[in-house]
Amino acid sequence: MPDKNDLQTVDRVNDFVIKIATVNGTGSASANGLLMKALFRMGIPVTGKNLFPSNIQGLPTWYEIRASRDGYNARTGRVDVMVAMNAQTYAKDLAEVSPGGVLIYDSTWPRESQLQRDDISVLGIPLARMVNENFDGARIRTLMKNIAYVGALCALMNIDRDVVRGLLEETFAAKPKLVKPNFSAVTLGYDHARGHFDCPLPARAAPMAATHGKILIEGNAAAALGCLYAGATVGAWYPITPSTSLMDAFQGFCDKYRKDPETGENRFCIIQAEDELAAAGMVVGAGWAGARAFTPTSGPGISLMSEFIGFAYYTEIPAVFFDIQRVGPSTGMPTRTQQCDLMLAAYASHGDTRHPVLFPAEPKECFEFAVDAFDLAERLQTPVFVLSDLDIGMNDWMVDAFEWDDDYRPDRGKVLTDEDLAGMDQFHRFRDFDGDGIPYRTLPGSNRKGAYFVRGSGHNQYGGYTEDADEYQQVVDRLKIKWQTARTLVPEAVLQKSPSPTPIGIIAFGSSHGACREAIDRLAANGYPVDYLRLRAFPFGDEVQAFLDGHHTIFVIEQNRDAQMRSLLLLEMRVEQQKLASILHYNGLPIPSDLICEQVKTHLKREAVA
Amino acid sequence: MSFIAKPKVSWSGQKQNSLGLTLGDYEGGLSTLCAGCGHDSITAALVQAFWELALQPEQVIKLSGIGCSSKTPAYFLSGSHGFNSVHGRMPSVATGAHAARRDLIAVGISGDGDSLSIGFGQFGHAVRRNLNLLYIIENNGVYGLTKGQFSASADPGSKARKGAENKNQAIDPVATAIALGGSFAARSFSGDKNQLVPLIKAGLLHPGCAVIDVISPCVTFNDHEGSTKSYAWTRQHLHAAVEADYVPPATEIEVDYAEGEGIDVELHDGALMRLEKLDPGYDASNRARALGFLEDYRAAQKIVTGLLYIDNKLPTFHDIAGTAKQPLTRFEFEDLSPGADALAELQKGLR
Repeated sequence: MPDKNDLQTVDRVNDFVIKIATVNGTGSASANGLLMKALFRMGIPVTGKNLFPSNIQGLPTWYEIRASRDGYNARTGRVDVMVAMNAQTYAKDLAEVSPGGVLIYDSTWPRESQLQRDDISVLGIPLARMVNENFDGARIRTLMKNIAYVGALCALMNIDRDVVRGLLEETFAAKPKLVKPNFSAVTLGYDHARGHFDCPLPARAAPMAATHGKILIEGNAAAALGCLYAGATVGAWYPITPSTSLMDAFQGFCDKYRKDPETGENRFCIIQAEDELAAAGMVVGAGWAGARAFTPTSGPGISLMSEFIGFAYYTEIPAVFFDIQRVGPSTGMPTRTQQCDLMLAAYASHGDTRHPVLFPAEPKECFEFAVDAFDLAERLQTPVFVLSDLDIGMNDWMVDAFEWDDDYRPDRGKVLTDEDLAGMDQFHRFRDFDGDGIPYRTLPGSNRKGAYFVRGSGHNQYGGYTEDADEYQQVVDRLKIKWQTARTLVPEAVLQKSPSPTPIGIIAFGSSHGACREAIDRLAANGYPVDYLRLRAFPFGDEVQAFLDGHHTIFVIEQNRDAQMRSLLLLEMRVEQQKLASILHYNGLPIPSDLICEQVKTHLKREAVA
Repeated sequence: MSFIAKPKVSWSGQKQNSLGLTLGDYEGGLSTLCAGCGHDSITAALVQAFWELALQPEQVIKLSGIGCSSKTPAYFLSGSHGFNSVHGRMPSVATGAHAARRDLIAVGISGDGDSLSIGFGQFGHAVRRNLNLLYIIENNGVYGLTKGQFSASADPGSKARKGAENKNQAIDPVATAIALGGSFAARSFSGDKNQLVPLIKAGLLHPGCAVIDVISPCVTFNDHEGSTKSYAWTRQHLHAAVEADYVPPATEIEVDYAEGEGIDVELHDGALMRLEKLDPGYDASNRARALGFLEDYRAAQKIVTGLLYIDNKLPTFHDIAGTAKQPLTRFEFEDLSPGADALAELQKGLR
């Protein structure tokens, strides 16, 4: 076992990936969060990705922290420093370290001698032994072992111990007694590393000033905050990974901001439904009654909600569905990420149905699109999806701080008041007066002149039951006009043009954005300039057609097996199949930027030869 | 679901309620159900109850699922907003609507297929949450719209029109509601308007989920010999156990019945529900005995009717949720959205 590590040759100051392999249920999440936040407090752009099992205790879990002085936040495929705390996954973890990298392991127990690599440094620290000598109790020892590797990394990677101490003081503000033992554990690891290894490693931190105006937040909390700010009052849900933390966060925000200061009464109603069918029914019922209502769920939930989604489409009731996508099909891998519900959301339910779908790329857009989704749902009187995923929803992202305009007022759409009704001869629920395909609605409780009977069965433009061929068709044709209106209202795609003209384009959406952004910079530096269009919503607007028309080869990058976005583009836009090349990543881990670079280069080289 | 607008007939001298409204003001479109359908009698009882209580149609929302029963909200209260939802899901829609508008009186109309098969879960959870909802199950033991299949409430041994015998056990919605911790469980018969109207009135004013199972014979598919949900069978086997009457708040209450025979239950508006025991051994406030009683009568092939269980002190959906008294839709946006300063403050904790 070498006591002095072989130095890496490449400078990786503020440009490294730390991967920590542990066992879930051992409290490592707080240690890893501490490490990530310490880097953030040092002013270094940072992202954390939690790769966890669908389990409460005892299975392997990994946490990846990427520090990037250039502000990139995707996975890269590299691992510069591996903290291998799980004997069960040691072989795999050892193999994953990038050449020139470092592996740290707990040397209390001997590791298997046949597992060796000559191209990396392997550093043993007797974490368990040190902690057992200094702390009593099994639970506390387990927790402190995690804190001790944070200390070792402080020494090895120049992470500021004062910052760590400050964070511990904040964490234990309510139990200050805990600061001292935690910091002793930091010191144990720190002192050992200083005493036995050349510190720091080439992969190390140095203070920067690149996090000013930034926050660390997970997408689900951001979306919940958007619901709070949009004035949503009814949330119905059935617990499902990875969407659960959205409703947990909404509950937390409501407890803080929506309780009457005097009476303690709630200005919100959160209902834990018996299943997703009921959750959807509750949202539709509340939307009909005039409340802003939403449900957070994931793919299996959307499958169950589909009947009500079609109902709300045809009866024109506003409703907001957050789909925090996870790996399918079926139960799939509940704690892994994919962009696999695109087709499901776009056309959910039987019959001719289409729904606006918003694609947030990171938590800030989860916040903003949550607000947009309620405005769109009420303006268009239809279900609207916010299609997030586990990567965005459950990982901490560094993003620009959220802003709020106090002049914002919700767009309640075309709702008739009793005064409006008084001035009308008759109310016709489904008639298009304005030519935009959007009719006027009344809310329950309003004057009897505006009363109508909502029905998912055939209805005419007056709101009456019909089985008449022409009357039926008139209503569904008008819904198609409404769809054209939706095209003009949803968030536009964002175009990033290459400095030099190029016939090559990339189309991506949602959580693939981070990896695309980095890959495009690297491709440009390697002589492959590309234009980039980031889709932010379905239906697609004219800018998407212009991009498709204006490029010879377009890579559609997405995190599913069947190229669902490519299919959607082919179905909805005018574009030749051969123009659209797919780059797909669907193993459940967030898409790495390396993969995009390699596949674009390979394809373009092949095309050049041909 | 009416194709035909019901002609509004009015003549001078029509009786008006305290709002100046006539019975006709509480009617809806013309029924398209089969002539003689029990459901139409229930509709008439609902119209009568709303008229007698002098409720503004605007105060009411009426909801249903799918099936013959679920068509009926189109046939009463044309001045109320109505919601014909998807099959078996009326309770969830009612839950959402009531979450948003707790000031409106919610009436759910369902059937035995809608509530005891496809919607059994939602029925159970509306009861369990004690949602403030009048929940009427128009129970005929048969699927009418799909032409005569047995429903889950068909009694074992009951025969279909073409002679097939039902061999499965029947689900009793009243016993189920009581077992699930329901706060109001009643049974009546579509042909017994005298009993049904006061029960509906009590259910409308009961603070919580008021389940009324109304035996409502299907004249087309389940009114033959061998059916246990026919008019003839029901009339022969009916046994009224607890007579209920609704006493408005303004009326002076006379306690003139013999001790031990009647109880008064106070409703939320100060009115009373007066229960008169026709069966000397009955106690509508005792869950275990109510269930035992139901079982005894079931074994004797008797249909026991009346308000069989009531607990008007059970916390309701909004009591449990701690929701504001003011309907959620009435709050100003400023009372819901914390504003830019609060957002800036909150984000200090995210750095």
